[in-house]
Amino acid sequence: MSLLEIAGLETFYGASQALFSVELDVAEGEVVALMGRNGMGKTTTIRSILALNPARSGTIHFAGRETQAMRPHRIARLGIGLVPEGRRCFPNLTVAENLSAAARPGRWSLAEINGLFPRLAERRDQMARTLSGGEQQMLAIGRALMTNPRLLILDEATEGLAPVIRHDIWTVIRTLKAEGQSILIVDKTLAELLPSTDRCFVLEKGTTVWTGRPADLTPELQDRYLGV
Amino acid sequence: MTISRETAINVTLALILLAMPFLALQLGKPFYVTLATRMAILGLAAVGLNLALGLGGLVSFGHAAFFGVGGYAAGILASHAFAGQPLNLGLFALPGTNQMLVVWSVAVLAGGLLAAAIGVISLRTSGVYFIMITLAFAQMTYYFAISWPAYGGEDGLSITIRNVVPGINTLIPINYFLVCYALLLTALLIFALIRGSRFGAALQASRQNKLRVASIGIAPFRIGLVAFIISGMITALSGALYADLNRFVSPSMLSWHMSGELIIIVVLGGVGRLWGPVAGAMLFVVFEFVLGGLTERWQFFLGLALLAVVLFARGGLVGFLAGRMRHG
Repeated sequence: MSLLEIAGLETFYGASQALFSVELDVAEGEVVALMGRNGMGKTTTIRSILALNPARSGTIHFAGRETQAMRPHRIARLGIGLVPEGRRCFPNLTVAENLSAAARPGRWSLAEINGLFPRLAERRDQMARTLSGGEQQMLAIGRALMTNPRLLILDEATEGLAPVIRHDIWTVIRTLKAEGQSILIVDKTLAELLPSTDRCFVLEKGTTVWTGRPADLTPELQDRYLGV
Repeated sequence: MTISRETAINVTLALILLAMPFLALQLGKPFYVTLATRMAILGLAAVGLNLALGLGGLVSFGHAAFFGVGGYAAGILASHAFAGQPLNLGLFALPGTNQMLVVWSVAVLAGGLLAAAIGVISLRTSGVYFIMITLAFAQMTYYFAISWPAYGGEDGLSITIRNVVPGINTLIPINYFLVCYALLLTALLIFALIRGSRFGAALQASRQNKLRVASIGIAPFRIGLVAFIISGMITALSGALYADLNRFVSPSMLSWHMSGELIIIVVLGGVGRLWGPVAGAMLFVVFEFVLGGLTERWQFFLGLALLAVVLFARGGLVGFLAGRMRHG
């Protein structure tokens, strides 16, 4: 059975409809890419999953539970770890506080995160706002992992980072995949994304228009749905 | 290990406040002992507010409610003890008491219950609505006290003899100062422990962004409510001390002026700083006493000082002296 299953999702921002019919599912241990051009509804879908922008209709099941009526922190507690777009750390807390505030027991502890991102260990007492962009991204990923999520959601985790840092983050993502971590990932660098994913969902104007394995996403399809 | 500048300032403040009454006695000016006690008590009240305001970002304009409820707890229990009549609570009767330890417990409990009731409703709002709704609740308690003739109504309630602590003669001003000072230090310790805990981190995170906190699986409402309750308890305790200091409680302890003064104290001293509220209370009392002796309009100058702090020293007195908060 799927870990996350979304059917017929419709979400509005006030009067304007952002999602029309999103279909998406992630199986246990699977890495799924959510793709599409800017403004097609990728981030809105993620926000709807966590009820940060509750969906108006459609169904969301996570870990066997229907989650639309639940409040965000309840849904997160079922086991969703979000790395939000634009690395939203808590700037007024130290690195260690950012991590420990999120902690729930499981495989990932402070020591494990420090092992995964040695730079965070070096900066543990520094305020998050003083970190570089790449370090903040590491912190955001670390914070999400500290909740020991069943599903990790990465929204544009490598956007706007230096190539070296991107490389590091992709290495971490592949490590997590190898461990069997379920991941839902939004990213624009297809060269890195496609080899790491099991399945892809493509959104266009708030609707799921294509689903398949990355190998089947031909250059024509890429051009049709993702090209600028 | 090097001592940070803020720690040095905190220790200095602690020593100045502790030394003040002893120096006053040496100089033969016992009145200053009362001033120092006033500083410690108002500092304690502001430490309570600082927990909600400084860590949680909950701008409560109703902390006078907790301050006053603590005061009335002391006054009511003492008056019943003095009259030898038990306090009829409907279901059961509670004997009056002049024991401070009991008074404090009742004050803290009452403050906590009131904070829970006010918090459950107020914390569903934020921003200016939170400010207004906490103000509204505090004004309700104010008018309730005014219209309750059994305990003095508008005239307030006198405490004939200051309540007692076993083994300490609280009638001697310096002893009472030390009692208040010890409670202030205890509250500061609690504040420091909370700030350093996971709960404290989550509280400060929720000040920054509630949705982001929710998305890591923490209920911001519950965190805020717990902080608000602890905050109300500390402020209620200080209210009980304040009533015993003046041996008098009146509805003015519950009025919005009091809430405003507590906010001013926290802002003057440094929002979110451990010793900020104490620094603010010391400054406030000095203003009140020195300028209040020169002119009735001393609050004009307090306003100027507040303006200066808000414009030029956002970290308050402690922030101004210690620099920005918590470098790595």
